[in-house]
Amino acid sequence: MKLLVAVKRVIDYNIKVRVKGDETGVETANVKMSMNPFDEIAVEEAVRLHEAGTATEIVAVSMGVQQCQETIRTALAMGCDRGIHVKTDDELQPLAVAKLLAKIVEQESPDVVVLGKQAIDDDSNQTGQMLAGLLGWSQGTFASEIALADGKANVTREIDGGLQTVAINLPAVITTDLRLNEPRYASLPNIMKAKKKEIAEITPEELGVDIAPRLTTLKVTEPSQREGGIKVETVAELVNKLKNEVGVI
Amino acid sequence: MTDEYADIREQVQKLCSQYPGEYWRKLDAERAYPTEFVQALTEAGYLSVLIPEEFGGSGLGITAAAVIMEEIQKSGCNGGACHAQMYTMGTVLRHGSDEQKQKYLPGIASGELRLQAFGVTEPTSGTDTLSLRTTAVKNGDGDYVINGQKIWTSRVEHSDLMMLLARTQSKEEVKKRTDGLSVFIVDMREALGNGLEIKPIRTMINHATTEVFFDDLVIPANSLVGEEGKGFRYILDGMNAERILIAAECIGDARWFVQKATDYANDRQVFGREIGKNQGIQFPIAEAYMQTEAANLMVEHAARVYEGGSRAGAEANMAKYLASEASWKAADMCMQTHGGFAFAEEYDVERKFRETRLYRIAPISNNLVLSFIAEHVLGLPKSY
Repeated sequence: MKLLVAVKRVIDYNIKVRVKGDETGVETANVKMSMNPFDEIAVEEAVRLHEAGTATEIVAVSMGVQQCQETIRTALAMGCDRGIHVKTDDELQPLAVAKLLAKIVEQESPDVVVLGKQAIDDDSNQTGQMLAGLLGWSQGTFASEIALADGKANVTREIDGGLQTVAINLPAVITTDLRLNEPRYASLPNIMKAKKKEIAEITPEELGVDIAPRLTTLKVTEPSQREGGIKVETVAELVNKLKNEVGVI
Repeated sequence: MTDEYADIREQVQKLCSQYPGEYWRKLDAERAYPTEFVQALTEAGYLSVLIPEEFGGSGLGITAAAVIMEEIQKSGCNGGACHAQMYTMGTVLRHGSDEQKQKYLPGIASGELRLQAFGVTEPTSGTDTLSLRTTAVKNGDGDYVINGQKIWTSRVEHSDLMMLLARTQSKEEVKKRTDGLSVFIVDMREALGNGLEIKPIRTMINHATTEVFFDDLVIPANSLVGEEGKGFRYILDGMNAERILIAAECIGDARWFVQKATDYANDRQVFGREIGKNQGIQFPIAEAYMQTEAANLMVEHAARVYEGGSRAGAEANMAKYLASEASWKAADMCMQTHGGFAFAEEYDVERKFRETRLYRIAPISNNLVLSFIAEHVLGLPKSY
């Protein structure tokens, strides 16, 4: 079974994000970048399936600027077999990423595409679902457990109020949630091996995909400062304040 | 500029993030060895970074090793517990016989054999290595009989093998004062209780250091590394590697202190505003940062010179001096920034402060570095 994992390069989760002075986005210059943590979980799951003998090959894909290759290298050091870098300096929105992934899927014919349920930078939570739609494949989103067997996947999903297990046919798109696994750190020998693994480079033009943004960002601003609250003595006082001072009831 | 070692840095950080402050605080209180941490580093192959691939290591240079040590310290962990497993084997690698290399290096690479103790210093000869008194005398069977005492021999209780520097010819008999010392590799699993005794020394940090006593300990003739009488020269290369790596640890410590102080200064509110708004707070942080970066350039330079095949004596010494002074300055700055909270164990500042202080004294006192530079680089008279 062949797996495709998508890995996005994002601002490291430890970094306190700062809004750019002109409010067009967030500061990314000289900021530490890492693999999107949910994608890291996707890589870990794929590698575990490989180690268990379920998967035979794992291809890691990343899209964007040249440095995305560092993110692919991390995936290769964790155990993926080879990488594909879709290189572009242009902004990529979820629909464009889904279309590009669909093209890669056409070329690579994987049985399963595994990717994070969302990226921690724009929190869109759309790419996996759009990809399944474009391909006409089954989808198992927010996976906290994955079992693959006999052309089917049992995906346990984290939903409001509990867990739901769905049985879906392969090929399928699976998006990973936080509790699926705990990603490993790569060993030094595996980091060295990863340097020799192949990363193929391709552009959106070569894939014939129109990546023009469909959404326009008007403004990015800091969340407003949270003000301190007050304590009320009685329910009557609370109702009175909500009604007369805040005006919400 | 892209960092050639960015991937190693990232993965070492990830490993270290599993060993947070609580882990080290608990060990510190118990004066216990970080077995799990050392095991994780070993399994991930970081401690065998310098061992050639043919013996099971990664065969990388000292810069890669320095990067690993720096990241360990920068993450708040303490590489002092195992850094010697990286470089002590260098003496075997450079001067050992093929048989010794085959016998020891693969085991050291896998972590199955631990060689992280080096018996050099003695109670009556600290920095004055050439005055050491532990003797190795050949007996009738051709074996060596060891007598004497070593002190500040660290990690002995967590090591299977020990490199030992002992006198095979008396000081009076040698032609050159640097002759007469020999290096041995002692298998402590056999020696313990048969002429080898270890006594732990409690210190201000959790460092697993000991006194070692040799009382007619018999070791086989093939324990000798290289030629008899040339031991002092053999260990010099190893000492330079050690100094570069410890300098890298100091850089990691300094970066930890600067980050810790910056975060606290941005967060802590006094008189209704962040304390970092005060120049009295922010200037020392900025200064410590600059001193760290400057010292780091020296460490990188020393590593490059060493990798180029030179002995790098002056560079390694300068790197160790500048980096240990920078980390000490940063430590003191971090204490001052935190005020009273610096003394609370849960902030980890006091622990790191105690730990980084060691490196102005070990593995060589900074005063001796100054003497070395004055005498050997500048041509001033020998002062001691």
